[in-house]
Amino acid sequence: MKMTMHRTLHLGRPAKAASTWKKCLLTLAASLAIGGAHAAEVNTTGLAVTDTSVKVGILHSVTGTMAISETGSVQAEKLAIDQINAMGGVLGRKIEFIQEDGASDWPTFAEKSKKLLVNDKVAAVFGCWTSASRKAVLPIFEQYNGMLYYPTFYEGLEQSPNVIYTGQEATQQIIAGIDWVVKTKGAKSFYLLGSDYIWPRTSNKIARKHIEKLGLSVVGEEYYPLGHTQFNSVINKIKLKKPDVIYAIVVGGSNVAFYKQLKAAGIDMTKEKPLVLTISVTEDEILGIGGENMVGAYAAMKYFQSLPNDNNKKFVADFKAKYGKDIVIGDVTQAAYLGPWLWKAAVEKAGSFDIDKVRAASPGIELTTAPEGYVKVHPNHHLWSKTRIGYARTDGQYDVVFETKDLIEPDPFPKGYQ
Amino acid sequence: MFAEYSTSELLSIFAMQGVAGLILFSVFVLMALGLAIIFGQMGVINMAHGEFMILGAYVTYLTSQVFSTYLPELFSIYFILAMILAFIVAAALGALVEWGMIRHLYNRPLDTLLATWGLSLILQQLYRTVFGAREVGVTLPDWLMGSYQLTDSIELPVNGLFVMTLAIGISLAVAILMYRSRWGTQVRAVVQNRAMAGAVGINTAKVDRITFALGCGIAGVAGSAFTMIGSTGPTSGQLYIVDTFLVVVFGGASSLLGTIASAFTISQAQSTMEFFMSGSMSKVLTLLFVVFILMLRPQGLFTLKVRR
Repeated sequence: MKMTMHRTLHLGRPAKAASTWKKCLLTLAASLAIGGAHAAEVNTTGLAVTDTSVKVGILHSVTGTMAISETGSVQAEKLAIDQINAMGGVLGRKIEFIQEDGASDWPTFAEKSKKLLVNDKVAAVFGCWTSASRKAVLPIFEQYNGMLYYPTFYEGLEQSPNVIYTGQEATQQIIAGIDWVVKTKGAKSFYLLGSDYIWPRTSNKIARKHIEKLGLSVVGEEYYPLGHTQFNSVINKIKLKKPDVIYAIVVGGSNVAFYKQLKAAGIDMTKEKPLVLTISVTEDEILGIGGENMVGAYAAMKYFQSLPNDNNKKFVADFKAKYGKDIVIGDVTQAAYLGPWLWKAAVEKAGSFDIDKVRAASPGIELTTAPEGYVKVHPNHHLWSKTRIGYARTDGQYDVVFETKDLIEPDPFPKGYQ
Repeated sequence: MFAEYSTSELLSIFAMQGVAGLILFSVFVLMALGLAIIFGQMGVINMAHGEFMILGAYVTYLTSQVFSTYLPELFSIYFILAMILAFIVAAALGALVEWGMIRHLYNRPLDTLLATWGLSLILQQLYRTVFGAREVGVTLPDWLMGSYQLTDSIELPVNGLFVMTLAIGISLAVAILMYRSRWGTQVRAVVQNRAMAGAVGINTAKVDRITFALGCGIAGVAGSAFTMIGSTGPTSGQLYIVDTFLVVVFGGASSLLGTIASAFTISQAQSTMEFFMSGSMSKVLTLLFVVFILMLRPQGLFTLKVRR
């Protein structure tokens, strides 16, 4: 490689300048030779790894509509990187991150991911939030063989060798939640409601199949455009159908409108007639909705800020120490925090930063220090995790009222649910 | 499809659905009135209308913070004050924008379109910098979030009734201003013939500034009221802008009565269809319906006869 470089330079430059360049190259070669063997050993594919540092990418939207949701993930990833560096880094190398802004625009995500992989040669990327942004960067990660740690709970139906999915796929979140509401609350009828795009639609499809398998009924299923702000008509329909459970997967600004109007229409969720079960409202979203408008709703996900275990207490304390005491932490933020740790564990198990070796080492990686408890990477690149039910309090936090006994196996291509 | 319900159930549902339609109508009127004044009277397409609304919402948020910290005993009435402040702040920013930007771009409608769109991006980023990217939760006094139990099965949301009252109040105020006040006469004179209005001694620059400020102020009040039913975030204004333009264009750009008629038609069509089919489908049909009418009547429902 050194030779080719030399020759190229020779061709491009007049003879006089070449001697200076030769000197430069010799110095460079000499500096590489001193202790350079080490860097070459753990990095055979030319990633941005030196003897003292390794570069990774953070790719989220910090501007545009999605900034609302993605800010927490960026904060969590930076916190994890700081903590790993404080412990001595990965394979003795400090992590340096390069942050790019996807700007809530999917082509921008693709462009920035290409920049991170091709120009910056980062060893891993922590990023993306919406499924649309993940789908936009996927071909790039597969073409240039990058590694993406994706934090959001999502619809499943995907398994890429170049992605580790640290959030739950749909069946993990949905089935346990519905089983719980049927078993403990005696629910018989459901009204499915969602924003109109792939995640709510796929999730409700799984929910409907599961409800029908249990011999119970779905009395309504409806989708509203993203950003819809008027829910009075559907609330009337719900009142007419009198379901036991409103199963709500409304996202973004529509969430605020939906819960405020539900309350104003005289549906007091604390009376649980009907009961509201959601998989899309984390503590982050409650900030915008207002705790007083959300109190009494149940949410099914893998993480709540109020989880009482010691890992989580430390995580919440560290997070607040870094970002202020009023900050809240939602499910996705915690999943984003797992990304750098899972990558560190895989690199150390592989003894190398090479993407192929990290990928091979990833299945079976465990984290006993995860705020959500214990997680383990499945061969399908998703995480084994527990599902919990939270009960919304007035102060915008959830009380954990139930958690599954065992870890739930991720099943991105559920048979019989498609 | 109604066979399984009793007559009384059906009656109450129809009543409540009627109310839902009227609430939607009021929301549309509030959204569109400010835009209609600016668009209709000045020919300026204000793409930053949504951001002026959100400015009103943020003013409401700040007022609620101040009241809950310093004057908790008066918290139940802060909302009224917040709306007045929202009007003043949004109108002041409107006047500033008119002075600094819009007045240099009169007679160049496409340029104002771009300029105000740029303004909307600037304002969004400004909100994001000042208030953070996350939505803020506006705490409302309890009396606004309840519902009024009319009969056993008919419940009227108080915030809906509030929005309705507000929409009627503001429409009346604007109508009186436009058709009964000296300023209204001047505005209409300027719309009909700017040069002649100037020749008879009307200060057209001042009329323009006040008109623009008034339109923005009304947007601010609307935004303040919408904290009761929707979200307050840097980009929340975008949620309303499409419906707002739809209402104004469908109604005929230069007619306030047209705006109200169009808000009524669209809201009733949408809320009725939402009851019978899914939300996305009813939106599609509403848009198709509007496109069809506009193909037949490109000038919108109502038009003002102006000698050109």
